[in-house]
Amino acid sequence: MTLDATPCGISARVLSVAGDGAVALRLMQMGVLPGVSVRVIKSAPLGDPIQVQVRNYDLALRRLEAQTITVALDDE
Amino acid sequence: MNAILKEAIAAKDDSQRTLTVAVAGNPNAGKTTLFNALTGLRHKVANYPGVTIERKEGWWRIEPNSPPVRVIDLPGLYSLEATSIDETIARNVLLGHEAKTPRPDVVIVAIDATNLVRNLYLLTQLIENGCRTVVALTMVDLTKRNGVHIDIHRLQELLQVSVVPVITRRGEGLDHLARAVLQLSKDIPLNASAAPTFSRRTDWLSQLSPADTNQKYESASHWQTRLINRYRWIENVVNECVLEKSEAKAQTTRRIDALVTHRLAGPVILFLIMTFVFQAIFSWANGPMNLIDQLFNSLGYTARAYFPAGLLTDLIVSGVIPGVGGVVMFLPQIILLFLFITLLEDSGYMARAAFMMDRLMRGVGLHGKAFVPLLSSFACAVPGIMATRTIENPKDRVATIMIAPFMSCSARLPVYTLMIAAFFSGQNVGGFISLGALIILGMYLLGVAFAIGVAWILKHTLLKAPSPPFVMELPPYRLPNARNVLHSLLERVGVFLKRAGTVILAISILLWALVAFPRTPKTPSNAQSVQVEKSYAGKAGRLIEPAISPLGFDWKIGVGLISSFAARETVISTLGIVYNVGDSDEDQSQSLIEAMRNAKRPDGSRVWTPLVALSLMVFFVLACQCMSTVAVVRRETNSWRWPLFMIGYMLVLAYVSSLVTYQGGKLMGFS
Repeated sequence: MTLDATPCGISARVLSVAGDGAVALRLMQMGVLPGVSVRVIKSAPLGDPIQVQVRNYDLALRRLEAQTITVALDDE
Repeated sequence: MNAILKEAIAAKDDSQRTLTVAVAGNPNAGKTTLFNALTGLRHKVANYPGVTIERKEGWWRIEPNSPPVRVIDLPGLYSLEATSIDETIARNVLLGHEAKTPRPDVVIVAIDATNLVRNLYLLTQLIENGCRTVVALTMVDLTKRNGVHIDIHRLQELLQVSVVPVITRRGEGLDHLARAVLQLSKDIPLNASAAPTFSRRTDWLSQLSPADTNQKYESASHWQTRLINRYRWIENVVNECVLEKSEAKAQTTRRIDALVTHRLAGPVILFLIMTFVFQAIFSWANGPMNLIDQLFNSLGYTARAYFPAGLLTDLIVSGVIPGVGGVVMFLPQIILLFLFITLLEDSGYMARAAFMMDRLMRGVGLHGKAFVPLLSSFACAVPGIMATRTIENPKDRVATIMIAPFMSCSARLPVYTLMIAAFFSGQNVGGFISLGALIILGMYLLGVAFAIGVAWILKHTLLKAPSPPFVMELPPYRLPNARNVLHSLLERVGVFLKRAGTVILAISILLWALVAFPRTPKTPSNAQSVQVEKSYAGKAGRLIEPAISPLGFDWKIGVGLISSFAARETVISTLGIVYNVGDSDEDQSQSLIEAMRNAKRPDGSRVWTPLVALSLMVFFVLACQCMSTVAVVRRETNSWRWPLFMIGYMLVLAYVSSLVTYQGGKLMGFS
């Protein structure tokens, strides 16, 4: 599933980051890479963007951007 | 001339040459705090990325026996593959591509110990590009608190750079850092081909761990694979050096955020904070403002009493003193506004505000990162516009720049306050909120409403473009450091005062001249008002009077309007001059407010009514009346097209809105 559809509070592992453009570059520069553990913390009051824990820090990104990240839930 | 000879000549000059050191690192890694500690000049420390101004420089007394070192504080960057203008500037300086800045001899890389893996990515790129680097490991006290231990020596071994833990606010580690920097500056010559590349290190490290660094990843293109491999290398290094890698996140931050970005409580808290700030600014500043007003008045009287009568004295008493005084009087409000914004930024709250506002901003076609520049513009549009550098997409950036002046800046406050004190004072709504505060809030909201409208139109017409990535770090909450806040405040106020000191002083003198010339011979009665009427300023005011009377303004207000286009605050000093305030030739000196209240038109009706005051305020909300802003927009957009367009469309909006306000009000029965 993609990160934007991941339920809150559940740990997951990144499988891939789609795309070749600015979004993918930015995400990967900041350490969102295959094998990295992520967890969705919450979404903003208006539903977008979402707050995601990546490694040791929190990242905010839009749902559209989160769609490029494919994850596997940890108990899968 | 071959390279060796060049090197030798450079080395010979080394002892006289000033060492240049750059401080680089991720946003929020503590770069600027470190910079402040080294140079003693305090500069802005903020959690939200994008507040650092380019090329902040200072001098570091690195050692008693050595000459001071030049230190450059760079904008934060995550990687040399820059994705915003801020990052591009930082990269250019680091690689020596920035024309006016020599390549730094040494780079101090601030590495956040609580975020090692991500922070190290930049370091590896810098080493690979031949930069001489020293690592300043920040936030080490936090890691200790979280129960994480870092093996500094092992880290140094693996990275092959000096790693110096620092606790900046206690001044710990700075001597060690100084020694490391000096040592490095005398070592290997700056030569990219001599720098160890990471392909060699990968070989070396693969001997240590069996990790497969060439693993193919699903749907990864070439650059992705390279990036992934680099991170793998870094992860291995960190695994070697960090013991008790704890999952312990800053729990306090999470708990605070549970409320602050809560679905319902979040926006409410934001609104409350904004309302509190405005109410505080309006009411707390009153006492100091009155004091300053009295001070400048008595200064004027004293000057008039002690200096010989004549043109020069007139210049000082009627031009310079009211001109500068009118601005200084509103410093208390400006200071309070800057203070609140600085506290919100330094604590980390601003990032949360951007997080919550992004959806809204995107609806208008702007970026969540536009929130801070726009909010800063409430203090002053000049730094606000400069802060738009972090907005990657150029069209989004220009759109944000275009609407920044609609955020009622601190220079408009004096105008609002004057109008309210003269025509809306002492009235309360609902028993406890003053009408004045509500009107001011209304003016601010009016500006915001127009900003939204204009942004929407721009993004759908001239500046149509898809939304760029939002990806933004949410840093942990930090208690603002009192000293940093104070110095940051002083710096910002200093910049504002310098603007007042130069532009406005020059304009006050120019205005005085426009009013003082051509000289009308003085008669015992009506001396000043006749002089004003026949002066250049008066003539200009009369010229535009037909155009502005539908807005409720007469020629004297017209004179004020003309002068205000260079800098808003000057309208107050201009009105003071036009209404003879401070001229002790009069039997009684009237204050400006009294003069305004008593001013009469030729037909006997009052010039200034509450409606006229309202109409003027609306005009000021929307018109572009600031030469400094125009100059900065010109610089940031690299052309005259946008600043001129901005002046033009804002003038049209101001005129029409003022017209609607005044005529609409009259239709409704107000006067």
